[in-house]
Amino acid sequence: MSFYRPPRVPASQITPEHCFLSRRSFLAAAAGGALAAAGSAAFAAPLTASKSQYMVDETLTPEKDVTSYNNFYEFGTGKGDPVANATDFKATPWTVKVDGLVGKPKEFGLEELLALPLEERVYRMRCVEAWSMVIPWIGFPLAALLDKVEPLGDAKYVAFETVVRPEEMPGQSGFFQPLPWPYVEGLRLDEARHPLAILAVGVYGKTLPNQNGAPIRLVVPWKYGFKGIKSIVRITLTDKQPPSTWNLSASNEYGFYANVNPEVDHPRWSQASENRIGEGGFFGANRRPTLPFNGYAEEVAGLYSGMDLRANF
Amino acid sequence: MAGLPALPRKYHAASIWLLYAVGLLPAAYGFYLGATGRLPGNPVKEFEHLLGLWALRFLVLALAISPIRDLFGINWVRYRRALGLLAFWYVLMHFLTYMVLDQYLNFAAIITDIAKRPFITIGMAAFVMLIPLALTSNNWSIRKLGPRWVRLHKLVYIIAACGALHFAMAVKVVGPEQWLYIVLVLLLLAYRLIRPMLRGKKRARPQATSVRGQERSA
Repeated sequence: MSFYRPPRVPASQITPEHCFLSRRSFLAAAAGGALAAAGSAAFAAPLTASKSQYMVDETLTPEKDVTSYNNFYEFGTGKGDPVANATDFKATPWTVKVDGLVGKPKEFGLEELLALPLEERVYRMRCVEAWSMVIPWIGFPLAALLDKVEPLGDAKYVAFETVVRPEEMPGQSGFFQPLPWPYVEGLRLDEARHPLAILAVGVYGKTLPNQNGAPIRLVVPWKYGFKGIKSIVRITLTDKQPPSTWNLSASNEYGFYANVNPEVDHPRWSQASENRIGEGGFFGANRRPTLPFNGYAEEVAGLYSGMDLRANF
Repeated sequence: MAGLPALPRKYHAASIWLLYAVGLLPAAYGFYLGATGRLPGNPVKEFEHLLGLWALRFLVLALAISPIRDLFGINWVRYRRALGLLAFWYVLMHFLTYMVLDQYLNFAAIITDIAKRPFITIGMAAFVMLIPLALTSNNWSIRKLGPRWVRLHKLVYIIAACGALHFAMAVKVVGPEQWLYIVLVLLLLAYRLIRPMLRGKKRARPQATSVRGQERSA
């Protein structure tokens, strides 16, 4: 009796995943818009990064959930809207202008930012809507970028701004505009310089999908997710506390600091616990207690010593 | 308006039962999707929101029955009890999902939510008001309560307003979907306010013509 024996492929002949994936993205890019529009995954090219010491030892939220359950109102207010509506968004070419109270204002090209030493950081992400994820970001400390522009002595805050492209971002056009554009956010300079604050350019080993804030976004893991401004085009150092979009929209519900705090409720819901997305399913208890500063109190609580966190929510 | 052909009387009962069956399909389908892991992201919230939204839809449909009869001459009053009860069942399921699947019977958190969060207080009030309406939806209660039944069931106006408000207050930004239900409920309630005037005109008109007719003949 003869058996079929599958051919054995020597390991040396197997194309590494990142090669065939980059070949694929090259082909997709070469084929132009038609292919690119076929799926946002086409933009997600592999990205190499070194491991960092910041790895939360908790189960990662599945990539499918991280890239399909998003709040990105520029593409619509539903959680599934960003992944559905972000396919036409062009994340390259891209520049980020860094200006204001700095010695060396500069417009950075995306390539330049991607050439910075990239690290993988597994962070908890706590949304102000009382759900959370554990996400493997790839990025670099925001401080690394700030160092390059040499902030002046009177710079106290960092302001961020998202791109405005109504033709590519359906949530920015049409009759119903949920928020004023551009989306803006801000940090105190010492918060911005904290080693935990990063600019992410990738997630799950690839460049950021459009719905996650391609090509570059802020990640501040001890604050509510809305502080993590996406698709950043401008970073300005100032001496005054900059405006932030959700605070402008409802100042009694969303503060400038927006530090994760189980003790201070959102006026319409409790912040004491959170739903971990992708865990527990339909019948399992996936609600867990929310930690002060989202579990990063040891690292960041010192930034706020002596401050009334109830007043500065 | 003589539009739709009337449904033969022998099918009336069957059509009402069909409405119950069809009306429960969204809940059954949503539950099936959730239980088999097919609801994306936050399945419990998705299911909870689906139930709440259908409750509001059935409330709006129940309130639309008499304007449709008055304005278009189509009498669907036989479906109104089913629509109201469907709204009640959906609100009940919405609340149970919140209580069991979402809060995992954490009664301290549930009671705090109901007491402290205005949108939950309002939603809960609507649910509580729906209970006597559901309990007195049978023919026996209608006969027994007489005119008091009509007065009691006017609570549905407050319930629908609470439902639309609860929906709008629950979201971060009041969008087109929330406005749709606010406007629908407002229109349906405003109709109740102007109905007596419309009715008055209708009754007055034939009299007026007959008077004029008499004058002419005289």
